[in-house]
Amino acid sequence: MKAVLSGDMPRSVPLTLILGVILVCLALAPFLFPGVRTVDTAARICIFVVLVASYDLLLGYGGIVSFAHTMFFGIGAYGVALASTHMGRGFDALLVGSVAGAGVAAALALVIGLFSLRVRAIFFAMITLAVASAVAVLVSQLSGLTGGEDGLTFQTPRALGPAFKFGDELFGVKLNGKLLAYYLIFLGSLILFLLMLRVVNSPFGRVLQAIRENDFRAEAIGYRVVHYRVAATCLSAAVAALAGSLYAIWLRYVGPDTALSMEIMIDILLMVVIGGMGTMYGAVIGATLLVIAQNYLQNLMGVASGVVDGLPVLPELLSADRWLLWLGVLFILSVYFFPTGVVGRLRARK
Amino acid sequence: MSVAPEHAPKMAQASFAHRLGPWMPVLLIPVLIVLGFLAIPSSTSWLTLTVSGLAMGMMIFIMASGLTLVFGLMDVINFGHGAFVSVGAFVGVSVLLVLGQMTSAPSLALNLAALMVAVFGAMAATGLMGWAFEKVIVEPVYGHHLKQILVTMGGLIVVEQLIIVLWGPEEIYIARPEALKGAVTFAGAALEKYRLVAVAIGLVVFLAMRWVLRRTKIGLIVRAGVENGEMVQALGYRLRLVFVGVFIAGSALAGLGGVMWGLYQEVITAHMGNQAMILIFIVVIIGGLGSVEGCFIGALLVGLMQNYVAFLEPKVALISNIGLMVAILMWRPMGMIPVVKAK
Repeated sequence: MKAVLSGDMPRSVPLTLILGVILVCLALAPFLFPGVRTVDTAARICIFVVLVASYDLLLGYGGIVSFAHTMFFGIGAYGVALASTHMGRGFDALLVGSVAGAGVAAALALVIGLFSLRVRAIFFAMITLAVASAVAVLVSQLSGLTGGEDGLTFQTPRALGPAFKFGDELFGVKLNGKLLAYYLIFLGSLILFLLMLRVVNSPFGRVLQAIRENDFRAEAIGYRVVHYRVAATCLSAAVAALAGSLYAIWLRYVGPDTALSMEIMIDILLMVVIGGMGTMYGAVIGATLLVIAQNYLQNLMGVASGVVDGLPVLPELLSADRWLLWLGVLFILSVYFFPTGVVGRLRARK
Repeated sequence: MSVAPEHAPKMAQASFAHRLGPWMPVLLIPVLIVLGFLAIPSSTSWLTLTVSGLAMGMMIFIMASGLTLVFGLMDVINFGHGAFVSVGAFVGVSVLLVLGQMTSAPSLALNLAALMVAVFGAMAATGLMGWAFEKVIVEPVYGHHLKQILVTMGGLIVVEQLIIVLWGPEEIYIARPEALKGAVTFAGAALEKYRLVAVAIGLVVFLAMRWVLRRTKIGLIVRAGVENGEMVQALGYRLRLVFVGVFIAGSALAGLGGVMWGLYQEVITAHMGNQAMILIFIVVIIGGLGSVEGCFIGALLVGLMQNYVAFLEPKVALISNIGLMVAILMWRPMGMIPVVKAK
């Protein structure tokens, strides 16, 4: 167990329990919560855990703020979509698309990192914001290649579709391709997450933490700060792209809204901060909380808005579309009062 | 024992290239304009594009100047600066809509009066908001870049959503005041009146800001604070207060830029600040964080580049600015006019 978790145990009883429950729920989601929407939610949680974990490598361990993480996510998603469109449905297309997406993302991260991180880590935040928005515009303009605003709908291998059946029923759940697709996503995410856990607990991860705490001193001890930061950027970009590939495989669709929008970036930021920066388990908790909240709490806000109907301004403030407003407030408050997130709090309690 | 070599100081003048160095950023603007002239086939469209490029550059400068000063002075990076642009635009446009009779009258004086009211309204609103923003959002996270970026980004989201709550999610269309509609013809090229006005306002703001920074005592304190804040504090100035003042002034300027930008595009949305932020960041980075002159030159370069490239190859326009930024960072990694910190 210790080897699987790379020696980074949860170190808190409640945290262990919560993580265990999440793992069991995700592993058995199609059987515990049969239903199209719940399984979809579970898949989204798996994918976002990986995405947020890769972002945490940058933000929590490297101390670098990037706004281009959705861009890398989108590159992976579009990689799979383009490969599947041009090579036809098949596992080879998925593989080629994912690998190419991860490669392109890492190369782009290398370029951005090299010319911004060598001066000031703070440039990186601004430059990634500019590049990400330029790429988003470019993707919606190059409609010949990317399908523009409409995005691309493509076919995944037959074995991952609902029409493919490999048995009757097990505990009342139909054994079809959708189930296989879910387990592909789940296992892919689990492997990527454990990989991230391995990375941050390696000597490389330690050096990154040292740089985060005091980059000047790390440089003085003899570590090339720029090299480490750029390497972290590339690695995190590649993993984000792989998460994007998984997302595309699950949705069988990519578009600017699902893969490139600024809103996903804000979601990622929130998940990292609420879960806890600088710990991979924070990604699990943050992603789970936020995805569930997004899927179910929005309805609640609609109800709340209905209750105060008739009063001035309040219904507007509480309407489900103003979701982002409250997330923003929550975000600011958690950065101030809750900088270590849920995981930090749980660990401090023991 | 050999004799020490005779000391013969050389009084050679610095080489031409060496003396040119400090002027290179300024020279880039005429170079870009000439390049544009060579690339664009018709000279009348070149003139039109140059004026609109300059106008756009001036507006970006007005929006970006506050950000660069705030960073230079207190090392605070405000990702929420775009919020002031949006709020300024919304307040200004609302005032203009209320004063609809004055803006639609064909008299220049009435139009300008309405515009003045709108601009002052917007600047007052964003200045106040800047003060609140500084108190509530920025103050608790001094000296912590990572948190600053996160928290100000959160502030931007909140303000953007509040705009939607107050003004509704639809974009608002706004007509320019009657006297500023249309264009004047100069040397066969149609130059929009509004753009000429924007260039004029931008120049005035730049010169005024330069005057304040170079010729007044408060400007001296600000410049000294950018270079070595601790020393200024040791000399007995409350830099904290100066900083709040600069933050408010910068926010008010962003509001002014927002009104101008809104009238330039003739449509405003809650996300316009966010979009403007991208250009603002490019400008601030290539100018050198903390440098007002660099910001001015950078803004003009970006404005011209965007207009020329959008004419020649529309799809490349946004990428062209990123290309410009990459090129300049390759040449001078700290920006065109790097700010020397005495630390």
